Amino acid sequence: MTSVRIFFVGGLISFRALFSFLRPEVYIPSMLVAPLFQILLFVYIGRSAGLESDEFFVIGNAVQYAAVPCLFAMTFTIGGERFQHTLGYILSSPAPRLPLFLGRALPVVVNGFFVAAFSLAVGGLIVGIHVPASSVAPLALATAICAFSCTGLGLTGAGIGLLLREQAVLANIMFGVLLIFTGANVPVDALPGWMQPISNALPFTHGIDAARQVADGASLSDVSGLLATEVALGLVYGAVGYVFIRNTERLSLRYATLDRA
Amino acid sequence: MRVLWRGFALHLKMMMRSSFDGLLGVLWPLFFATIAFLMFRAGGGGEALVFASFGAAVMGIWSSTSTSAGSAMQRERWHGTLELLVSAPVHFSTVLLPVTVAMSAMGLYSMIATLLLSRFLFGVDLPFEHPVSFAVAVVATVVSIGAMGFLLAVSFVRYRTAWALGNLLEYPVWLIAGFLVPLALLPGWVRPLSWVLAPTWGVDAIREAASGGGAWPEIALALTLGAAYLAVAIAVLETVLASARRAGSLALA
Repeated sequence: MTSVRIFFVGGLISFRALFSFLRPEVYIPSMLVAPLFQILLFVYIGRSAGLESDEFFVIGNAVQYAAVPCLFAMTFTIGGERFQHTLGYILSSPAPRLPLFLGRALPVVVNGFFVAAFSLAVGGLIVGIHVPASSVAPLALATAICAFSCTGLGLTGAGIGLLLREQAVLANIMFGVLLIFTGANVPVDALPGWMQPISNALPFTHGIDAARQVADGASLSDVSGLLATEVALGLVYGAVGYVFIRNTERLSLRYATLDRA
Repeated sequence: MRVLWRGFALHLKMMMRSSFDGLLGVLWPLFFATIAFLMFRAGGGGEALVFASFGAAVMGIWSSTSTSAGSAMQRERWHGTLELLVSAPVHFSTVLLPVTVAMSAMGLYSMIATLLLSRFLFGVDLPFEHPVSFAVAVVATVVSIGAMGFLLAVSFVRYRTAWALGNLLEYPVWLIAGFLVPLALLPGWVRPLSWVLAPTWGVDAIREAASGGGAWPEIALALTLGAAYLAVAIAVLETVLASARRAGSLALA
């Protein structure tokens, strides 16, 4: 029962405490308006380059923008404790670590899903793409799965971030890598050969592909393999992140470097 | 002049030692330039790649300005130095302007990196027909974008989360200044907005100088717009400072 409470209540409280700065004057420009401009930017570059349809870029960029809330929030949800000098209290508490860290991921996944879904809906309206009503639910599922898998990568980033001073730089670099490699703007098969294996090992690549297919009328069973791969990647990255955090926790205790980077 | 130069050099040094302004300032525009190159190459390449190369090169100058300039005064407020700087015996604009010009000058790193990326990784044959006017166009672009950053810095001073607005302006200016997309492709109502943006003329001047055209009219337009931003910004600054002195609210936002 304690673990369930730590997972749900602890996760929500820590999200509210660490992201108290996400007031409407920050949330609206950063999470709701910026992705629309990213969509418009790539729609127009796509038209200029004569590459793919508007729908390709709307779906790719809307889903990929979930990386901003997922990567930045997960990195900050651990690193932010150090910034606020509360990391020591958390790591010295007897709370079980698995619900402690994973509970922090749940609000992040929900927020990432909301940002991506909003961008998809409003960006699609602005650009004028048509998605059949029957595709909305599978599209929402694919988007939610992408938010989950990217949060897994964010947990890995959080672990690495404990070793670094500038976590925002790390999150920005991860965002840029995802933008290039995941097929959000360039079809994966049009990327140079050496990039494609990396694309297939990153969150979003399979989810964005699935989202595009369901928007074109494919059924959920048609893309179940892609979505399963996306879920598996999220679990793998999440597990790597969890192990990384536990190891850096042990290192920081051994060398008394918890509050340093 | 000494205050301007010292302020510029000092802030440039500080930013060069920051991984956020330095490392990320180079990498961030490179990510977008790489995607643009991949997109144009997948779409056929050719002249479009040359167009995109110079546009992508200027993207970094705007990025390094837009993300930092909006909160330039806010940062001094956090450091507790705003009151000292405002009460210094030089006009506050001579303190703030070099900061924003240093921010845009930091973009030269990413400009060089982007041009090298396009030449050596993507094999784009970049022309440099008029090196003198090309160099002048680059300086005019940096200075005019720095002046635009100065205008942002004083305009957002009462806004506590100015950094969020500054970040928000990054993509729209990339788009409507024609860095990667010809202005002819944008809706007609966007055109006047593009014309009042100095980066539009700056990137045009750089492209003209590189391809052998006459870049001087575009350079003049970029500098004129930069001077206009400066005049408006100083007027706004006077109003803001007078209001803050009356209300005793300089340290508050």
